[in-house]
Amino acid sequence: MLKQLIADIKASMSIYDSEKDESYGLLAEFPDPGALYHAAHGVREGGYRRYDTYSPFPIHGMDKAMGMGNSKVGFLTLGGGVFGFALAYWMQWWTGQVDYPINISGKPFFSIEPSIPIMFELTVFFAALATVVGMLALNGLPRPYNPLFYSNSFKRVTDDAFFILISSSDRKFDAEKTGSFLTELGATSIEEIHDHGSADA
Amino acid sequence: MNTANTDIAPTSDVDYHVDDPLVQGNPTFHEITELVSYHTEKKTPLAWWGAFGIASGLLMVLLVMVAYLFWNGIGVWGLNNPVGWGFAIVNFVFWVGIGHAGTLISAILFLFRQKWRTAINRSAEAMTLFAVMCALIFPTIHVGRIWAIYWTLPYPNQMAMWPQFKSPLLWDVFAVSVYFMVSIMFWYVGLIPDLATLRDRATRKLRQKVLGVMAMGWTGANRHWRNYEKAYLLLAALATPLVLSVHSVVSFDFAVSIVPGWHTTIFPPYFVAGAIFSGFAMVMTLMIVARKVFGLQNIITVNHLEKMNLIILLTGSMVGFAYITEFFIAWYSGVLYEQYAFSNRAFGPYAWAYWIMMSCNLLFPQFFWFKRLRRSVPFMFVISILVNVGMWFERFVIVVISLHRDYLPSAWDYYSPTFVDILTLLGSFGLFFTMFLLFLRFFPMVAVAEVKAILPQSDPHFYDHSGDGQLVDHDLAVSGGEASGERAEIN
Repeated sequence: MLKQLIADIKASMSIYDSEKDESYGLLAEFPDPGALYHAAHGVREGGYRRYDTYSPFPIHGMDKAMGMGNSKVGFLTLGGGVFGFALAYWMQWWTGQVDYPINISGKPFFSIEPSIPIMFELTVFFAALATVVGMLALNGLPRPYNPLFYSNSFKRVTDDAFFILISSSDRKFDAEKTGSFLTELGATSIEEIHDHGSADA
Repeated sequence: MNTANTDIAPTSDVDYHVDDPLVQGNPTFHEITELVSYHTEKKTPLAWWGAFGIASGLLMVLLVMVAYLFWNGIGVWGLNNPVGWGFAIVNFVFWVGIGHAGTLISAILFLFRQKWRTAINRSAEAMTLFAVMCALIFPTIHVGRIWAIYWTLPYPNQMAMWPQFKSPLLWDVFAVSVYFMVSIMFWYVGLIPDLATLRDRATRKLRQKVLGVMAMGWTGANRHWRNYEKAYLLLAALATPLVLSVHSVVSFDFAVSIVPGWHTTIFPPYFVAGAIFSGFAMVMTLMIVARKVFGLQNIITVNHLEKMNLIILLTGSMVGFAYITEFFIAWYSGVLYEQYAFSNRAFGPYAWAYWIMMSCNLLFPQFFWFKRLRRSVPFMFVISILVNVGMWFERFVIVVISLHRDYLPSAWDYYSPTFVDILTLLGSFGLFFTMFLLFLRFFPMVAVAEVKAILPQSDPHFYDHSGDGQLVDHDLAVSGGEASGERAEIN
């Protein structure tokens, strides 16, 4: 149960369970963003869930084709912002009013107006920090080891190549059937990816 | 390789009803990767070493001047009794302002879906970081007792003291340092996919390792792009009010005081407009050189430069309008000191500085009303430098002229900088250019993934006319199609 949940969360980060020296999944290359888009739709229609598409740039409409909802990063941003605001409010009130009250030209020890700039700055700062850290966390990054890094054709994914990986941990995965299914969807080449373990290959 | 060395019709008539392709010459995805990555992978050119030598020489000047200052105290500057803020604060405001264009290009133009920003956003953001570094130096060394600078930070200490949060100077500490940190995060997030591109192209082991760590294991997975794009959008939405706030807070340093010429409510918007104005001019100066040297005329086209010139024209006019408004309000207020402060600017002992500012900021950008001039690369290069000179003098006018004659004539004095002031300013340019040259050498200076994403062939529906996406001939698909227009000669 818990194991399943963890595996699902990892799958949402594009990290799939595999054993050392076992198959990680099938990597299929597609010729262009259009073909990738239609193939991703096809893979989902075909009942696969543990799969991902890889492209050098974000492809418009791909989230929909893969049946994914809105990213959760926004909630983390909101949380960071609220924290930053609360921290700035509390810090300025507590230091000015409670811990170190000092009379300057008879001004109140704490008031909202002169506190606004720092409240704003810290709100933005913690919101931005939560966004970046949250984005990396939701993506499972940094990820020093990835079985895909051992594929030579996959090196071109950050240049001009477009791939779909169907993980061998998918319930429907079957090396042969999945392979021919991907060919039907228009893959130009298919490669089996092996998990080399986190040790050097 | 698609490296054009000449501009495509720099002064030709442009039909504004038809959108020009953002990237000229219709390159493929791979050609864009090559075009940008190549400059980080080739052997270091001799010209780079030459430029780097000059820049790091100036940086040494900065270090020596700062060391001299620390040893002797700020008496080595030209500060005197009424003019307690001299070159250091002028330079601080100048450099912070330069930085604003980078954030404007990367955040505000992103929110407005101005896709042409992708050609220049990376280097403009880098420029922001380096300009803010230069800016941060000046208030830091201005405190005199530099070894106590950390007292500005709120941390529990044995003195049982806290910083005074009602002081605009402390707001500044927070505003500028938050701006710096958010800019770094924004820049780095944008860099991750491109660092992965460089990592995957790297052939040497060490380069692979270093870039591998920096790219954090990015694979371009769509499950990653989804969070990444959302995060980028949110960062842009956060950076937009932030950039407007930073120079507003900087202007509070002046506006919250009671010095005639400083105590005005127009300052925040006027400072922000001036910041964007000067920043765009600096982006222009750098880009005009960089696109030529690196053969990026197809990515940073004359159309991009023209759009930036239009922003310079707009913000320059806003700044000029603010100058005139200040005069009107001084007269209309009926306050003698305020009126004197402004007539002293235009006709007093520093009138030369005032008229340099007026001509460079208000007058010269008006030439950009003429299409021929705003599409002429040499002309805009000259204007971009003049604008930066003008904007430096604007800060000089605000800081020095307002201070040197305030309420009591018995306290008036004339301020002139010492050689330490001048060499420190020069040295700060050394720091800026050293950092920028290192950036050009080691990082992709154009956002590769973003430029690819604005090509017509990045749209999955671009391929629909040649079938349903099944086994489309790749070369045919990326080179053909009505959407991409005429395909230029590629050798």
